[in-house]
Amino acid sequence: MGESSSWSRALVQISPYTFASIGIAISIGVSVLGAAWGIYITGSSLIGAAIKAPRITSKNLISVIFCEAVAIYGVIVAIILQTKLESVSDSQLYAPESLRAGYAIFASGIIVGFANLFCGLCVGIIGSSCALSDAQNSTLFVKILVIEIFGSALGLFGVIVGIIMSSQATWPAKTA
Amino acid sequence: MYGFEALTFNIHGGYLEAIVRGHRSGLLTVADYNNLCQCETLDDIKMHLSATEYGPYLQNEPSPLHTTTIVEKCTLKLVDEYKHMLCQATEPLSTFLEYITYGHMIDNVVLIVTGTLHERDVQELLEKCHPLGMFDSIATLAVAQNMRELYRLVLVDTPLAPYFSECITSEDLDDMNIEIMRNTLYKAYLEDFYKFCQKLGGATAEIMSDLLAFEADRRAVNITINSIGTELTRDDRRKLYSNFGLLYPYGHEELAVCEDIDQVRGVMEKYPPYQSIFAKMSYGESQMLDKAFYEEEVKRLCLAFEQQFHYAVFFAYMRLREQEIRNLMWISECVAQNQKSRIHDSVVYMF
Repeated sequence: MGESSSWSRALVQISPYTFASIGIAISIGVSVLGAAWGIYITGSSLIGAAIKAPRITSKNLISVIFCEAVAIYGVIVAIILQTKLESVSDSQLYAPESLRAGYAIFASGIIVGFANLFCGLCVGIIGSSCALSDAQNSTLFVKILVIEIFGSALGLFGVIVGIIMSSQATWPAKTA
Repeated sequence: MYGFEALTFNIHGGYLEAIVRGHRSGLLTVADYNNLCQCETLDDIKMHLSATEYGPYLQNEPSPLHTTTIVEKCTLKLVDEYKHMLCQATEPLSTFLEYITYGHMIDNVVLIVTGTLHERDVQELLEKCHPLGMFDSIATLAVAQNMRELYRLVLVDTPLAPYFSECITSEDLDDMNIEIMRNTLYKAYLEDFYKFCQKLGGATAEIMSDLLAFEADRRAVNITINSIGTELTRDDRRKLYSNFGLLYPYGHEELAVCEDIDQVRGVMEKYPPYQSIFAKMSYGESQMLDKAFYEEEVKRLCLAFEQQFHYAVFFAYMRLREQEIRNLMWISECVAQNQKSRIHDSVVYMF
């Protein structure tokens, strides 16, 4: 009513519940995207290479397991985040404390989701090369596995920071 | 976008790339070749080969073996692998795989036309054709009298049709014209393949450009050397060179006016990649040139396997297999004719 509109005003009018819920959705959704992407990249190479060298199948399932772990991180963080969602009374919905809590959960979700996306991609591509080189020369497997372990640490970094972010998501206490 | 193929290549090509790399691990190594070179008879060769991947293909052959049988069975293995990959491939990989065989198609066409010219039987010629280059109406090539008929009757339905626009003349087919036709077709095919790879982009375009450029340059040198002393004019010779590659366009200008091998050497030594090839040969010698070119080609083909997520591995594998079959043919011929001292003249080792 006479106040000029701007994007920043529009953004703060969005309910913090929305932000928090979208954060939780991104955390699980994008993590699963990363895990699935990585698994198909590894899996197709593994299947093709195993035709000539069947011995590689059991060892190289580790690459698929590393990718799957990425999805599990996403699920765990999503469950943790959803326990942080509380209801606040109407008057306090747009209080700065509330907004802070909503944004914290949103950010935590994005952190975990995208860290896991790239971690899943990384592990998938390395897993594909690992399967192909293991088929030719079996001494290479353990060495390439070390690279994969470093790659999967990226997802863990995301989970750690995400959990730290979300631990400070305190909604304002309900006033009587 | 070059560099991000790893993200999406495996959707359609991951399985086949893994299969072709598995096949590559079955190529004969230096140790295998050493065993084969020490064989005394063709049966020894068959015994050594049965320990390699060629085993299932050779084991049912009856005992008086001929070198042609060995080569035929080994080629059959290559054809089986190729057909397996082709039926599993989707676009654009299936088009790429088909492009690899057009060279053989051109060779088959020329073989049948030349054979008909020399009054040979069509069935006999069909048996000598390379199996990768067969197409349905190939037997009707024997009926055509000149190039226009050749095109109109048979080739318009084949994938070679677009390559004919440059060489349709109404002249009758004789040996010289057929060679010119072969080289014109091959030039059009290489240019078409090059454009197709450029369209694919990414690592495929880069690696295939290098391999095809080497092929184009090698053909230019061979055309030059083979046409020294014949009636082929300089302009005609220039028309047979492809319009890409390291030698285009200035090297082609110089090659077109060469009249003997030392002039060719002078031209080629200005290009560092080819200088090393010509440095292996002393002056006046041209027999080793073929082997030097094959060695350089094999080196580049093996390098194609260093990168993942591109199509050039398929091309490289087919070429390496063909080189291996050439090696086996040479070794078998040397053993059969008891000239084992010459075995090392022409065997190109791969790994």
